[in-house]
Amino acid sequence: MPMDSNAVISEIRKNFMLESIKNGKRLDGRSLDEYREIKITENFIPKAAGSAMVELGNTKVVAGLKIEQGEPFEDSPDNGVMLLNIELLPMAFPTFESGPPSEQAVEYSRVVDRGIRESKMIDTSKLVIESGKTVWMIFVDIDVLNYDGNIIDACTLAAVTALKNAVIPGSKIGQKDFKLPVNATPVSVTMWKLGDELICDANLEEEQVSSGRITVTISEDGHIHAMQKGEVGEFSLEEIQKAIKTSSDIGNKLREKYLR
Amino acid sequence: MEGNIKLITDDGLRLDGRAFNEMRPVKIQTGVIEKADGSAYIEWGANKIIAAVYVREAYPKHAQNIDRAIVKARYNMSGYSVEERKRPGPDRRTMEISKVITEALESTIVLEKLPRAEIDVFIQVLEADAGTRIASLTASSVAVADAGVPMRDLVVGCTAGKADGKMVLDLSKDEDNFGDADIPMAILPRTGKVVLLQLDGNVSYEEFNEAVSMMMNAMPRISEIQRDALMNKYNIEEGE
Repeated sequence: MPMDSNAVISEIRKNFMLESIKNGKRLDGRSLDEYREIKITENFIPKAAGSAMVELGNTKVVAGLKIEQGEPFEDSPDNGVMLLNIELLPMAFPTFESGPPSEQAVEYSRVVDRGIRESKMIDTSKLVIESGKTVWMIFVDIDVLNYDGNIIDACTLAAVTALKNAVIPGSKIGQKDFKLPVNATPVSVTMWKLGDELICDANLEEEQVSSGRITVTISEDGHIHAMQKGEVGEFSLEEIQKAIKTSSDIGNKLREKYLR
Repeated sequence: MEGNIKLITDDGLRLDGRAFNEMRPVKIQTGVIEKADGSAYIEWGANKIIAAVYVREAYPKHAQNIDRAIVKARYNMSGYSVEERKRPGPDRRTMEISKVITEALESTIVLEKLPRAEIDVFIQVLEADAGTRIASLTASSVAVADAGVPMRDLVVGCTAGKADGKMVLDLSKDEDNFGDADIPMAILPRTGKVVLLQLDGNVSYEEFNEAVSMMMNAMPRISEIQRDALMNKYNIEEGE
């Protein structure tokens, strides 16, 4: 693995990779839309209100929830609050640094947040304790422990799994604990452009060779809830339409297999 | 909140009187910041945005790329630009917008022509009224051209979205706030390739395609306004 996110990959290896992908095969033997092995450990952090560790190949992330009482936003007195944040920990990669979040971390957080929020996975109107005064606030903290590509999908999987397991600590206010009501299961599928092909779930090396990234988040209603073109590069309309179709197909399979 | 506000009137028009596929008026002027190497001012509906470009040797030296230029766009909102005062300085939203605008510009600038250089694009949103990221990118693209930076094409953008279940072009503030989806997109007009695309909300595949075709129809007109702005600076009349 290169030591730097901007590391130069040799032209020979890059061309070999592109040539191989043109023929439908990736250097690690996967087909173009094939994900690496996914391992999800539910309730990995018992102290959290919901949690999951997701390993996507060598990419490793942990999502943990805290659910606390707080004040609603002024403009939505009858809705609870969800806040989602991704930390790219310095241990995860040689060039990640401690300190305020990088542009990369902020973009990833916002894309993952949008997919979950817009799919209406969480019905925030059911999180009100006293209208305008007190609501349940769901803090979704996701730590990236090892970075080997495709943070967005790993983090979405982790967050969605953690939310599905979440328990609201009603006993703290004299009620019963209850499961967080969940209405949808959004799945993000991120694709990268390598040569003229789109591949799913790029590893780090593939990310470095790619020219453009596109994420499409779809829930079981088949509707698109978030999209993001990222990194330098361009996509044709046909490629975007193909990306939506792929996200729908692959997303359904991932949901079926990992998020039931 | 959603669904309670009627965004389409009974006679099929939008609250500001526009048809579904009607843009707000767009005006662009170049050379508005004398000190900058290139600049552009855009009025897009009630949005008022200035973009100024500086091209210089990247500093510190170790930040330079020996074979190409670095691009840094910074989207910034004035405190008075929105209903409630915007706290100065970058926040998560503006950081993301700066990133996607930078990437879109980088996709069109011929970076290899300016080794060791840094192209700074400073965007100031003076008044915001929905669609600022696209208006900013559209103005930035003109400002970068105004600075004489070699480009493959003038990036042009547009937004579409969903209001009261209908797909509409160029969302207004109300449609942005209370509508069901927001889709900003920017392309290189000569090839039609997409360099910026975001979506949030709830749309089907068919609705997405409808939004894209509305935007594709609208963008040539904005491209023309961009080109006219550049030509006007040199008092070149069309057809002369």
